[in-house]
Amino acid sequence: MLELQNLTFTASDENGTKDIIRNLSFTLEDNKFYVITGPNGSGKSTLAKLIAGLYKPEAGRIIFNGEDITDMSITERARAGISFAFQQPVRFKGITVKDLIQLAANGPDKKDHTADVCDYLSEVGLCARDYINREVNASLSGGELKRIEIAMTLARKTQFTVFDEPEAGIDLWSFNNLIKVFERLHDETHGSIVIISHQERIINIADEIILLADGEIAKTGSKDEVMPLLMSGNIAKAGCGKGKV
Amino acid sequence: MDDIQKRLLEEVADLHEVPEGAYNIRANGAGAGRRSTANIEITTKEDKPGIDIRIKDGTTHESVHIPVIISETGLTEAVYNDFYIGEDCDITIIAGCGIHNCGTQKSQHDGIHTFFVGRNSKVRYVEKHYGEGEGTGDIVLNPQTIVHLDEGSYLEMETVQIKGVDSTVRVTKGDVAAKATLVVKEKIMTHGKQLAETSFDVDLNGEGCGCNLMSRSVARDSSVQVFRSDIRGNSECHGHSECDAIIMDNARVDAIPALSANNVDAALIHEAAIGKIAGEQITKLMTLGLTEEEAEAMIVNGFLK
Repeated sequence: MLELQNLTFTASDENGTKDIIRNLSFTLEDNKFYVITGPNGSGKSTLAKLIAGLYKPEAGRIIFNGEDITDMSITERARAGISFAFQQPVRFKGITVKDLIQLAANGPDKKDHTADVCDYLSEVGLCARDYINREVNASLSGGELKRIEIAMTLARKTQFTVFDEPEAGIDLWSFNNLIKVFERLHDETHGSIVIISHQERIINIADEIILLADGEIAKTGSKDEVMPLLMSGNIAKAGCGKGKV
Repeated sequence: MDDIQKRLLEEVADLHEVPEGAYNIRANGAGAGRRSTANIEITTKEDKPGIDIRIKDGTTHESVHIPVIISETGLTEAVYNDFYIGEDCDITIIAGCGIHNCGTQKSQHDGIHTFFVGRNSKVRYVEKHYGEGEGTGDIVLNPQTIVHLDEGSYLEMETVQIKGVDSTVRVTKGDVAAKATLVVKEKIMTHGKQLAETSFDVDLNGEGCGCNLMSRSVARDSSVQVFRSDIRGNSECHGHSECDAIIMDNARVDAIPALSANNVDAALIHEAAIGKIAGEQITKLMTLGLTEEEAEAMIVNGFLK
């Protein structure tokens, strides 16, 4: 279970400071599938990065399984059981697909687990034989990288996984397969899966939808409760739904 | 051969015992073992330090090991090794130099290797440079490789210097005849106050010939690296050079590429990239559970793999 308590995050640029996340509180339960959605600039990706430790909040606490992780590093949070799939996967010259997935599955200094790596690649629709020894460099397309990024979260099997717009760039692969991947992760971990997405087909499978607007929770609930508000473009006035979801 | 020398041999040539095939081991400026074979003859030069290696036409699937090890402090030497490779050969040559300097004086090895590669022959040439020792004396290695490629021949050179060499000036020169190809893969890591200069100078003379020079390096601490390449396309040919460097700490990296097209059908490309490790690379590996230091090590090791 992950609790966000009065979380605030501010960004600065040449035009001054802007509140990206404003005094946001809610609780993400285990064994549940959440989608965070909302307009561009509503703070969705920032929230994911605050959870994974890429950003530090100005105020507020993050509690994971009863432990305060607010001051923990990215590494410590990863080891505590939080996974984060990047919106734009990172390229590495010389590091292979196998190196990364094996690291995700077993941590550093572990034995060869080629068979497992092949399974994870197959899960995301990549032919293991063609990819396992390829470098994660510019020779891979954005869509291929995205699937490898998702395979890493499958390999990690942590209690909490947050995906930042996983559907972007994987249009050649079917949505059904992507959804199967989420379902498998859900079955294996019984943890929380949080997906940042605009896609209705992903929103459809969520247990709970969190609608963000201007760094605040505008609405939480089922698809039928949240989607009309999202579609109306009249989100800012809603201003309700804060608290436990 | 003592334990230090054995370890150096292992570092530079992956040798745990006497290698198969032809070999010549030079230790502290003197011969420490040699074997010629029916097809590969190794002889001592008469006029200057070094050896001649003559490989008969049609020699295939054979190898030559010629490692050099120095464990004496204060030893400075220049050694000339010439390879005469016949036609239609397919061979592997493993060179390399390891220096253990436990004293206060400089130890230096300058190896000048010249290759005459016959028509349609294929050569894989591997050299590794390594330094170690608790002394304060500098470890200096200045390898020169001069390659003459006859028609249709191919030479691929893999050169690695990862550790312990205080100063190195590496020079590789080549002239390439019709349909011949020269490939060089260089990997260098410098640290402390080390200096590594590397220079490629290639003439693409024959029709349909080519070269591909690839350098990957990591410069740490206050070390300095200089990469120079000069490819001259004198006929219809393909030339490509690539310098890819990671810079860290207070290091400095200069890349000075030059291309000269002296023929309208010469196609020449140079790519150079120097930059620090991207923050997002470190972050990604940290989200997989590595510490910042472990992430950095994995990125550097992968880059130089």
